[in-house]
Amino acid sequence: MQKKKAPEKELKVAAIENGTVIDHIPADSTFKVAEILKLDSYTDVVSVASNLSSSVLGRKGLVKVAGKYLTEQEFSKISIVAPQATVNIIRNYQVKEKIKVNLPDTIDNVIKCSNPVCITNNEEILTKFYITRKNPLKVKCHYCEREMEKGDIKIV
Amino acid sequence: MEFKGRDVISIYDFSKQELLYIIRIAKQIKLNPQKYSGILRGKVMAAMFFEPSTRTRLSFSSSMEQLGGQVIGFSNSNVTSMQKGESLWDTVKMTENYSDVIVIRHPLEGSARLAAEASEVPVINGGDGSNQHPTQTMLDIFTINESKGKLENLHVGFLGDLKYGRTVHSLVVALSHFNPVFYFIAPEGLKMPEHYLAELRQKGIKYYESSNLEPSLSRMDILYVTRIQKERFAEPLEYQKYKGVYKIDNSALKNAKETLKIMHPLPRVDEISKEVDSTEHALYFQQAANGIPIRKTLLSLVLGKLK
Repeated sequence: MQKKKAPEKELKVAAIENGTVIDHIPADSTFKVAEILKLDSYTDVVSVASNLSSSVLGRKGLVKVAGKYLTEQEFSKISIVAPQATVNIIRNYQVKEKIKVNLPDTIDNVIKCSNPVCITNNEEILTKFYITRKNPLKVKCHYCEREMEKGDIKIV
Repeated sequence: MEFKGRDVISIYDFSKQELLYIIRIAKQIKLNPQKYSGILRGKVMAAMFFEPSTRTRLSFSSSMEQLGGQVIGFSNSNVTSMQKGESLWDTVKMTENYSDVIVIRHPLEGSARLAAEASEVPVINGGDGSNQHPTQTMLDIFTINESKGKLENLHVGFLGDLKYGRTVHSLVVALSHFNPVFYFIAPEGLKMPEHYLAELRQKGIKYYESSNLEPSLSRMDILYVTRIQKERFAEPLEYQKYKGVYKIDNSALKNAKETLKIMHPLPRVDEISKEVDSTEHALYFQQAANGIPIRKTLLSLVLGKLK
């Protein structure tokens, strides 16, 4: 019997004219990215796909947002939950720029300290963290010096 | 090495060379206190003590006055405007106008770092919650160096609550510059936190862990004892069990080297028996006294009066 031709691996989501496509998100972080970008209250076209097959990540997520470009702050936040993500800037249906998310050495005002007696949880100040290990992610609070691993890291 | 205007917040901020330099100056000051008696005349130290402290506050105040300086401040946050809701940032901003150096103790971790960012004048951390207490660590290594004549290649044991004891954590970090061998003796629930052990492995420093002092005692040059706090145990019986096991008296020390020195950040409750006080092993009162030369050194250095 002739083998059925495997369906083409094509993503059935609409192309966007202008906006951002974030690819190579670890599957379990897809909705965290959506949360970071506050997509639940976004009014333009948004496509969120998760558990897509990926040769690098096994399963990956993908987020398309029409009419939006990321701020530096959003970049930093995404680099925490999806350190291998690629950000595609779309203009006029063309990928104008492909940026690999990169974890900076320090992260300002993105992470909330997990230490309840840290000064940052008790006084109105911006948080600051040092990346002490990239994979798996480990960060250290500039103020209380407490180290946190990936599971404990909360975004502001 | 530039110390003028510098903050003293965390032991991580000081290199091996800087620690050795501080020890060298402290030795000079201890040997010849008269020579330095007026060097901080006209300078004002603000002691911002938001929680109780006896040794740290008194030894900072005494150090400042012995050097000819003046002390202002408070030792109870109930008397400050923070009671009215003023932020720590604003309180520090006010205080810097009245002083040349600020010493702060505060229950929240990271508070000293924040104070240093708010202040134009140097800030010295006198303890921020269970995070850092760098002047204690400096006086600890000063004391070790004074009694042993060196810091390199020592076998150092730590006994008691190694999980929550900030003096232990900071001292381990500071001694890691000097090729030590560590022995961590603690009950199961109060062992040295894994991330400190990982740091030691990464630096290639040898350490041993045990819940029993006996097997490694004979190899130690220094035994650093800390208090096991009752409130760390859910079961009162557990506490009673450990309290007894980790009590140091003369019979517990019979296999120790003659030259073993015992340290303790104080206050002690009953983890070191009074009978040990009169032996050659006891170093803890000398250790407490060394708070003065170390704090004199730091005040003089950050105020730029010693180089």
